[in-house]
Amino acid sequence: MSPDRVAVVGVGQTKYSAIRGDVSMPGLLREAAYRALADAHMTMNDIDAVVVGKAPDFFEGMMMPEPYLAEALGAVGKPLLRVHTAGSVGGSTAIVAASHVESGVHERVLTIGWEQQSVSEAMWALSFPIPFQQQLVAGAGGYFAPFIREYMRRSDAPEDIGILVALKDRLNALKNPYAHLHEPDITYDSVKDSMMLWEPIRYSETCPSSDGAIAMVLANSEAAEASSASSGVPPAWIHGTSMRSEPATASGRDQVSPQAGKDCAADVFSQAGITKPLEQIDVVEMYVPFSWYEPMWLENIGFAEEGSGWKLTENGTTEMTGALPVNCSGGVLSTNPIGASGMIRFGEAALQVRGQAGDHQVDGVKTALGQAYGGAAQFFAMWVLRTEKP
Amino acid sequence: MTEVAIVSFAQTDHQRARPEVNEVEMVQPVIHQALEDVGATISDIDFTCSGSSDYLAGQAFSFVMTLDAVGAWPPIAESHVEMDGAWALYEAWLKIQAGHADTALVYGYSKASPGDLPRVLSRGLDPYYQGPLWPDSVAVAGLQARQMLDSAMITEAEMTEIAFRNRESAENNPHAQLRGSAPVEELLAQDYLCNPLRKHDCAPITDGGCAIVLAAGDKARDWVDRPAWLRGIDHRIDSHNFGGRDLTVAPSIAIAAESAGVSPGLDVAEVHAPFSHQEKIVTTGLGLSDSVEVNPSGGALAANPMMAAGLVRLGEVAKRIMSEEIDRGVAHATGGQLLQQNLVAVLEGE
Repeated sequence: MSPDRVAVVGVGQTKYSAIRGDVSMPGLLREAAYRALADAHMTMNDIDAVVVGKAPDFFEGMMMPEPYLAEALGAVGKPLLRVHTAGSVGGSTAIVAASHVESGVHERVLTIGWEQQSVSEAMWALSFPIPFQQQLVAGAGGYFAPFIREYMRRSDAPEDIGILVALKDRLNALKNPYAHLHEPDITYDSVKDSMMLWEPIRYSETCPSSDGAIAMVLANSEAAEASSASSGVPPAWIHGTSMRSEPATASGRDQVSPQAGKDCAADVFSQAGITKPLEQIDVVEMYVPFSWYEPMWLENIGFAEEGSGWKLTENGTTEMTGALPVNCSGGVLSTNPIGASGMIRFGEAALQVRGQAGDHQVDGVKTALGQAYGGAAQFFAMWVLRTEKP
Repeated sequence: MTEVAIVSFAQTDHQRARPEVNEVEMVQPVIHQALEDVGATISDIDFTCSGSSDYLAGQAFSFVMTLDAVGAWPPIAESHVEMDGAWALYEAWLKIQAGHADTALVYGYSKASPGDLPRVLSRGLDPYYQGPLWPDSVAVAGLQARQMLDSAMITEAEMTEIAFRNRESAENNPHAQLRGSAPVEELLAQDYLCNPLRKHDCAPITDGGCAIVLAAGDKARDWVDRPAWLRGIDHRIDSHNFGGRDLTVAPSIAIAAESAGVSPGLDVAEVHAPFSHQEKIVTTGLGLSDSVEVNPSGGALAANPMMAAGLVRLGEVAKRIMSEEIDRGVAHATGGQLLQQNLVAVLEGE
């Protein structure tokens, strides 16, 4: 039996902001879920299973909240599964949801990623005290800054590449009504002059802390085609999914360009028949919480030779008007509800393929890549979507 | 459907507290025993999935460190659920059905000992209406037992007999934490811990974990003489609103049981019931006849490693099939409180 084909037939997002004090946790998830179901021309009654994902429960101060959410998500009497794989969790959750359909066990699955970071202080929630594990030093930025400096040393990249990435993503965010940060006055100089937080990462080169949720409806061939016939929007067909993990502390691991990321890209490209990613992929949504991760992931995924990813940023290839637009939504640099951030990448890839991205739509997208990473750059999730049915 | 079987199962010697080891050190030997028992290493595994809880570990992203226990180098295809390991097994089963893997490693673990478990579990209740009252997990289960008693669905003597039978069965389980029991009359004479629950009605607090290896088709037959085939598996959830539902039933159990193919002809049932009265709700929901032996391992009342006790149930049934002790059995796992979420699997020999 060949596995079922799977497509994204609905995407729904909340408005992202620093504090969504107007909704409860269930209210936040329902806002996204209803929009995804409306997009798919479905109701909760059409859904066979619900797959949710978020980052640590300490962020909201609620232990394993998914049983509490069962009724709000229309999951009573159905399977409800909760995924947690660090910052990559949104991507992983979408892939687990895809497995539900691909297995032939379920036909229509609702998947949701969310975070309410306003409830706690994420930076210190991520700064574990000894003896639980090795000291991460003041949050994720403190952890990743040394690897960025090492990337700069190895690649001999100009010092302002990070500024260019931040400026591009924040300007792209102005075209995305859901984005958290809308900074119409941002300039090269304002990014450059912003406070240095963790050398070389400036304040304006850092992701915000956001509240928000994203939901998607995934369906098998028959249900996807029926949904598309009703909604008039083409399905975004999944051509490959992959997850890879490596330990935080393995000796010999390269945290600048982790092997797990390379393996994940090789796996998903092999499934999707991609041998020349720069030519065959039309648009990318990748997980860039700190500006310099754009050139780093361009190399890790295989869009550029090691040491030359920054050139694609510098020469405008990754601009919305370039040959390989990256993070047209504004990316994690403009919106970061951690548990949702990976799924936003996957969902924005779907919007581009479905032609629904509005002002940040790239013309003629046929193939899109969504990428997420998490932990100490050790968890990776990717999927490839196409307009064409596999 | 691709044929999938449990081919290996290993568990810790469950204990009240393991202060000398951290979670990684606790679960590492079990993971590697499960692999070694079929002559495998992590490189033979296509997909790995685990279940654990940050709240029990007292640390965000606690499962990240456990990758060290697996030995995930070179990198592996891997995922994690913030649920009992039985749901990690479900995810791995889907992965095999989808054609992405032929083999899978599944594990679940926790150390409940560092915190005050009943109070920690209250943090999973509705944060607006229930959580602020800090009702602990024993008090919440007491509401359910009281409703059953008041509905004449069980007696305190029956509850005590369930606890007695489970702990006596655990005499034959070297991994169990509580082995053997005082006589029923003696137990019934004891004071309430939380009326109407006595101490013996409650699962112990446990540090522990377990690991299972899954394999598809001929790979399973290569690895063991008699794989424990997963003939059906499903999980469902009920309402969280325990003020608004009949606590004496868990409708999700019957739905999952039907979907998993529970039918007459079962030798053994391993059910995940952390409180004595809950065993009756589960066996009723599963529709078990009196001829089915329930919890020969002693069940969760003899050892209750959070995030693993459900997966242990699958392992305990599979172990008996692999050793030719039985031909067919059903395993049940629960999540949330008051049996809110339930997974049912039917396992069978060739």
